[in-house]
Amino acid sequence: MPFNVLVLSCFTYVFFLFLVAYLVERRAARGRVAWLRSPLVYTLSLSIYCTAWTFYGAVGYAARSGLEFLAIYLGPTLVFVGWWWVLRKLVRIGRKHRVTSIGDLISSRYGKSNLLGVIVTVMAVVAATPYIALQLQSVTLSFGVFASDTPEGWALPDRNATAFWVAVGLALFTVLFGTRNLDAKEQHHGVVTAIAVEAVVKLIALLAVGIFVVWGLADGPADIVARIDASKIADLDLQPGRWFGVIFLAGAAVICLPRMFQVLVVEDGDERHLARASWAFPLYLFAMSLFIVPIAVLGLERLPAGSNPDMFVLTLPLSAGQGGLAMLAFLGGFSSATSMVIIEAIALSTMVSNHIVMPLWLRLRPQTAVSGDLRLIVLLARRVSIAGVLALGYGYFRLSGGAGALAAIGLISFAGVAQVLPAMLGGIFWRGATRVGAAAGLSIGFATWAYSMYLPSFGPDAVISAQVFAEGPFGMGWLRPQALFGVAGIDPLLHAVFWSMVLNTGAFIAGSLLTFPGPEERLQGAAFVNVFEADNAGPRPWARGQAEPEALLVMTQRILGDAALGLFATEAKAQGKEGYLPDASPEFVERLERRLAGSVGAATAHAMISELVGRDRISVEDLMAVANETAQIMEYSGRLEAQQTQLSRTAGALREANEKLTQVSVQKDAFLSQISHELRTPMTSIRAFSELLMEGDAPPQTVAAQAGIINAEAIRLTRLLDDLLDLSVLENGSVQLDVGLASLRKMIDRALVAAGNVRPERSFVIDRDPLAEDVFLRTDADRLVQVFINLISNARKYCDAAAPRLKIAVRQKGGRVTVDFIDNGTALPKASRALIFEKFARLSDPSRAGGAGLGLAISREVMANLGGNIGYLPGQGGPAFRVTLPLHLVTDASRG
Amino acid sequence: MRRPRPRAPLFLPRPDYRRRRLVDAARLLPVLGGFLVLLPILWVRADAPSGGTARDGIYLFVIWAVLVGAAALLANRLDDIADDDTVPEGDADTSDTGAAGSGGDA
Repeated sequence: MPFNVLVLSCFTYVFFLFLVAYLVERRAARGRVAWLRSPLVYTLSLSIYCTAWTFYGAVGYAARSGLEFLAIYLGPTLVFVGWWWVLRKLVRIGRKHRVTSIGDLISSRYGKSNLLGVIVTVMAVVAATPYIALQLQSVTLSFGVFASDTPEGWALPDRNATAFWVAVGLALFTVLFGTRNLDAKEQHHGVVTAIAVEAVVKLIALLAVGIFVVWGLADGPADIVARIDASKIADLDLQPGRWFGVIFLAGAAVICLPRMFQVLVVEDGDERHLARASWAFPLYLFAMSLFIVPIAVLGLERLPAGSNPDMFVLTLPLSAGQGGLAMLAFLGGFSSATSMVIIEAIALSTMVSNHIVMPLWLRLRPQTAVSGDLRLIVLLARRVSIAGVLALGYGYFRLSGGAGALAAIGLISFAGVAQVLPAMLGGIFWRGATRVGAAAGLSIGFATWAYSMYLPSFGPDAVISAQVFAEGPFGMGWLRPQALFGVAGIDPLLHAVFWSMVLNTGAFIAGSLLTFPGPEERLQGAAFVNVFEADNAGPRPWARGQAEPEALLVMTQRILGDAALGLFATEAKAQGKEGYLPDASPEFVERLERRLAGSVGAATAHAMISELVGRDRISVEDLMAVANETAQIMEYSGRLEAQQTQLSRTAGALREANEKLTQVSVQKDAFLSQISHELRTPMTSIRAFSELLMEGDAPPQTVAAQAGIINAEAIRLTRLLDDLLDLSVLENGSVQLDVGLASLRKMIDRALVAAGNVRPERSFVIDRDPLAEDVFLRTDADRLVQVFINLISNARKYCDAAAPRLKIAVRQKGGRVTVDFIDNGTALPKASRALIFEKFARLSDPSRAGGAGLGLAISREVMANLGGNIGYLPGQGGPAFRVTLPLHLVTDASRG
Repeated sequence: MRRPRPRAPLFLPRPDYRRRRLVDAARLLPVLGGFLVLLPILWVRADAPSGGTARDGIYLFVIWAVLVGAAALLANRLDDIADDDTVPEGDADTSDTGAAGSGGDA
C-alpha cells in the first residue's frame, strides 16, 4: 500500500472525527446535548482506557507472558463492579465541588492547597510521558509495518520524523477542540463524542481481526484451544506476585490516570451513567480482550521468528493478504492512540494551567487579578501545555529509543499515577488525612517510583549509571535502585510498586497522624468525606470578609466572559434585587468560588476570591463556635423533646384523673339517689301510719300496732343514719381507734353470739380450730368484732344450703393474721365479687333482713383503718371472705 | 465534643431493608470477584507443570462474564436509588472514621 494512501486515509479519518466533534459542539452550543449525555457515550468515552497498548501491546504481552495481560483489564473490572465503594463517591464529589482534574481533587480536598496541586501535576505529567511515548511508538511501528511489506517498497522516511509529525498533528487536533472555550465546567462535548466514535472503531477493528483469526485462519474455538495448548504460550504460567500486583496497579490506575479521571468524573460525572457503566465498561474490556490470545498464538505460529509480537494485529492480516482488514486494524490502532493522547493532553493541560501557570501568573503580576482578561491567558497556558506534554512524550520516545515492549512502558506509567491512590482514598474516606501527610506520601512515593522504576527504564548508563545499578549510589548496596533495602530477587516491577506504595502510604499516614489540619482543610475534609450526607449548614467560609459586588463581577467576567453577567443577574433576582449586582453574601461568594473553581481549579479560584474578599478567613475558633452552636441547638432540641415526653405523660395522668373524677361524680349521684330512696321508704310508712294515728278513731290495739311499726321504721332509719355516719367517719380516716391487746378467739366468740340473733331459726354448724385461734392481737377489738359480726350474719342471712355450715379458719404468717369465713352456700358470680363492697350494693337477696347494704362497705373501711383488708376469696366452693390484718397495729399515736 | 445525632430507626420496613442488602451485595461483589480472579494462582503449581493457559483463560473469561452479568443485575436495581440521598450509608457509616474502601483492587 502506498505511503501516500496510508497518510491520506489517516487524514480522512482525522477529518471525519473533526467533523463529528465540530457538529456536536454546534449542537451543544444550542443546548441540544441530551443524547450526548447518555450512558452509552459515557461508557464509550471510558474506553480510552484501552489505548494502543491494548490494541497492539496486549497481543505482544500475551505472546511474551501468557495470560498476565488479562490483569490489566481485570483490575478495572473489579473497580467498576465495585463502583459503590469508590467511583460513586468520586463522581458525587466531582459534581458537587466542580472538580476539574485529579490534581484539583487532591488540592481541593486538602484545603485548596496549591502545593499539592503542583505535586500531583508534576507527577501526572512525568508519569504520562512514557504513556504518550507508547502511543507515538505504536503509531510509528504501524507505519513501519506497512512500509516493509509492500511491493512498492516505499521506505519509511524516518521513524523519528514520523513520530514527530504524529505528535504535531495530535497536538493541533487537541488544541483545536480541547481549548476552544473555557467552559464553566471542564466539559468538551465534541471531543468526548469523537472519542466515543473512536471507541467503536477500535472495538470493531479488533473484533474483526479476532474473528478473522479464529474462523479464517483457524478452525473455530476448539481448534484455537488445541493450538493454544500446542504453542509456547501454554507453558507461560501465571506468576502469583505479578498477577496480584498488576491487577492492583491496573485497578489503581483506572481511578488515578488523569485522562480516566477526566472522562469518569469531569466530563460527565453522573451516578446513573456510572451505574450503567459499572457493567458496560467491563463488558467492553471483555470484548477487547477476548481475541488477544488467539491472535498471539496464530501470530507466533505463522509469522517468522523474530517478528515483533506487538504488531501481530497488523502483520497477521497482511501476511494472509487481507489488505482491507489490515487497513481497518491500522485505523483501530490509530484511534486507540489518538483518543488517549487527546484526552490525556487535555487533562494534563488543565492541571498545568490551573495549578502551575495561573498561580505563578497571579503571584508575578498580582494586579492582573483585578484587571485584564484572564481567559486568554488560561487558554494560552493550556495550548502551550498541550504542546509541552506531547513534546515530553516525544522526548521520552527519542530517549528510550522507541524499541521497548509496549506493555512494559505502560506499566511504568501505571505505577507512577498509582502514587496518587493513598492520598485520594485517604482524602475521601478519612477525615484525619492532612495536607502535610498527603504531600509527604505523594513526594516520597513519587521519588521512590522515579528512582526504582522510571529512571532505570531508560536503561543502564542512560540516567543512572550501571555502577549504581550494581552497587548502589556511593557504594551503599541497600540503596540499589532495583533492590532497595536488600529486597533483591523479586520482579523489578513488583519491587518498585511494593516499595513506592509502602513508603507512600506510610508517610501519608504518619504525616496525617502527626500534624494538625488548618480550618480550610478541616472544612474541605468534612465536605468530601461526608459528601453523601444532606447539606448540613457548616460554617460559611467567607462569613468574615466583605467584597464589593462590582469588583466580583469584574473578576468573574474575566474568567467566565459574558456568562458572568447572566450569573450575577440570576443571583440578584434570587435575592430579590433589581439589576445585575446581588449582595456579596457569604453564600453567594461561596457559590461564585465553586463556579470559578470549575474553570480555573479550586486553589486558583480561592486565591482570586481572597484577593477581593480579604484573606481574613475563617479560623479554627470560628469552626468550633459553629460546631458548638450546632451542638447547643441539638442539645436544646433534645431537652425540648424530653420536656415534651414529660408533658404528654402529665397530660395522660390528668386525663386519667379526670376520668376518675367523672366516675366518682357518677358514683356520688348514684349514692345520693340510693340514699334518698333508702330514707324515703321508712319515711313513707312512718308518715302513712302517723296520719292514720292522727285521725284518732282507731281501736287501741291498732294504735299500738301502728305505733310499733312507726317505732320500728324510726329505728331502721336511725340505724341507717348511724351507718352512714359511721361510714363517713371511717372514710375520712378521722375515726378514733381504741387499740389494745385482745384474744382473737374471744372476739370470734363474741361475734358468733352477737350474730346468732340473725335468722335464729337456722341452725349452723360452725367449724373452728381453737388452737389456731389462740392469738393475741393488738388492735381495736370492738371494730374488728363489728367486721366479724357483719360477715357471720351475712353468712347466716344468705347461705342457701340445706345444711348450712360455716368454717372459720385462722392462719398466721409474717406478722399478719388471716381469718377466712367460708360457708357452703352458692358462690358469688364473678361480676358481683367486686361490687359487694360498694355502698348499697345488695345483691338480689330474697330476705332483705334489714340493713341498708352498707355492711360490707363499712367492714372494708374498718379493715383499712386497722391496717388490713377484706376481700372475697374465690375457689372455696362457696361464698368466702378473707380478713387480713397485722398482729400489731401501728397507729400514728403509737408510732409517735 | 459529642454531638447528639438524630437517632436512626433500629428496624426498617421491608423495601428499605431489601435496598440496604442490595447495597451490601454491590459492595461485596468486587470482593467475590477478586477472590475468583486470584484463584488460578493457586491451581497453577499444584497441577501439571505447564499447559494450563487455555484452561485458565476459559475460566477467567467465564468469571468475567459472570461478574458483568451480576453487576448488570445489581446496577439495574441500584439505578433507581443512586441519586437518592436518603439511602443511609450502610450500618457503620463512613462519616468520621471511614473504613477505607479497598478500591476493589484485590
